[in-house]
Amino acid sequence: MKILVAVKRVIDYNVQVRVKEDGTGVVTDNVKMSTNPPDDNAVEEAVKIKESGKAKEIVAITIGEEKAQETVRKALAVGADRGIHVKVDGVVEPLAVSKILQKIVDKEKPDLVFMGKQAIDDDCNQTGQMLAALLNWPQATFASQINVKESSLEVTREVDEGLETIEVNIPAIVTCDLRLNEPRYASLPNIMKAKKKPLEQINASDLGVDTKARIEQIKVEEPPKRKAGIKVANVSELVQKLKNEAKVI
Amino acid sequence: MSVLLIAEHNNKELRPFTYNAVSAASKIDEDLHILVLGNKSEAVAKSASEIPNVKKVIHIDNEIYENFIAENYTSAIIKHADAYSHIVCSANTFGKNLMPRIAALLDTSQVSDIIKVISADTFLRPIYAGNAFATVKSNDKKKCITIRPTSFEPAPATGGSAEIVKSEAGESFKNSKFVKREEIKSDRPELGTARIVISGGRGMQNSENFKLISAIADKLNAAIGASRAAVDAGYITNDHQVGQTGKVVVPDLYIAVGISGAIQHLAGMKESKIIVAINKDGEAPIFSVADYGLEADLFEALPQFLEELNKLNSIQK
Repeated sequence: MKILVAVKRVIDYNVQVRVKEDGTGVVTDNVKMSTNPPDDNAVEEAVKIKESGKAKEIVAITIGEEKAQETVRKALAVGADRGIHVKVDGVVEPLAVSKILQKIVDKEKPDLVFMGKQAIDDDCNQTGQMLAALLNWPQATFASQINVKESSLEVTREVDEGLETIEVNIPAIVTCDLRLNEPRYASLPNIMKAKKKPLEQINASDLGVDTKARIEQIKVEEPPKRKAGIKVANVSELVQKLKNEAKVI
Repeated sequence: MSVLLIAEHNNKELRPFTYNAVSAASKIDEDLHILVLGNKSEAVAKSASEIPNVKKVIHIDNEIYENFIAENYTSAIIKHADAYSHIVCSANTFGKNLMPRIAALLDTSQVSDIIKVISADTFLRPIYAGNAFATVKSNDKKKCITIRPTSFEPAPATGGSAEIVKSEAGESFKNSKFVKREEIKSDRPELGTARIVISGGRGMQNSENFKLISAIADKLNAAIGASRAAVDAGYITNDHQVGQTGKVVVPDLYIAVGISGAIQHLAGMKESKIIVAINKDGEAPIFSVADYGLEADLFEALPQFLEELNKLNSIQK
């Protein structure tokens, strides 16, 4: 079995994001970037499946500018076998990303495609479902547990009401939740070895996919600030404030 | 222009967020239709027809819609898509799972999780865990939109009498199968729509200590929330998680107990009307969004809080 894992380079989750003064976006210069957190879970799960002997090859793919390669190198350092970098500059909407992934799936013919359920930059939560639609494959979204069977996956999904279990036939798309597993760290020797693993570069334009934005970003602004609150001295003062000032209890 | 809203329900009744989505959808255009896909779901179609803002209900009843499988829903929705300029649903796990599958087949770039309708093609949506708001304009002919339910008031449930039109089921998708659902039953209000939410974080230390939270929740008729740290540690189940990758709540009162206030958690609660933080670390970022902060050991503060609430009750009686 072959697993394709898609990873995205985003502003690190620990960074306090700042809006640019001219309203054109957020500040990305000199800001720490890293792999989108649930994409790390996707890579980890693929590696675990390979370690269990149920998968033969893991291909990590990213789509983005030159530096996006770092995310593929990281995936290679924790166990992916080879990498693909589809080069494209600027914002690529999930629809275009899924069309690019569709082209790669047509070529690579993986049995499974894994990725994070949502990117923490645009918070869209679309790409996996879109790719599943374009391929007419089943989709197992928000996965917190995956059980690989003979020709299917049993997937536990985190939904608003609790947990749901579905069975999807392979080939399938899985989007991963943060609770799926605990991503491992890459060891220094493995980081060095990863540099020798093959990483293929493809230009998005050569794939014949139109990556032009369909959604116009008119402006980006700071959300309204909450007015500063107060500290109360003790519980009885808190209860009095909630009762008499805020009138919420 | 016409808007098609995909109803979320359990075959017996509409899920509450459908009413919030109706409010948002009718701001896009008044010609709002609801599509109910279900099994033995007549009661749901009838409820949908009673919402005053709804002009028509399309009801498709078939056993393939007993459980919500996005692949099955999609083929039926696509068959009706031609007649509409907008297809919308709630941005909860229901809509997040479903809408992109529809959008991709319609070759539309979806606008996710809108918090405001500026015009029929322009919307406000949070990005970066709500640390920035983006105004976006969709240039696609047909628009696929998910709505953050807590950003819109629920539409009234009764007073309307829209016609209900029956329609045919779409193709059944053979490669996905529902196995089971483990719903956590609770008599408490739903987290997404509760007026008061009390949440615990890593500071709770174990699941046993969440009883301190539930005692207060019982007293205040509040829903119980949690930070991701508390869910990851196994103190409480995933359906309680508030934050960027969990639920977004906007209660009148949000009480954060033993939660430090990572930006990912703030993304799920900082629009609450009144925020209370109880934390022994005076420097915890949660205090920066709290209207009332109490720097205290939660194991002392929570029993006192319950006691004070009991006192209040006896005075009121």
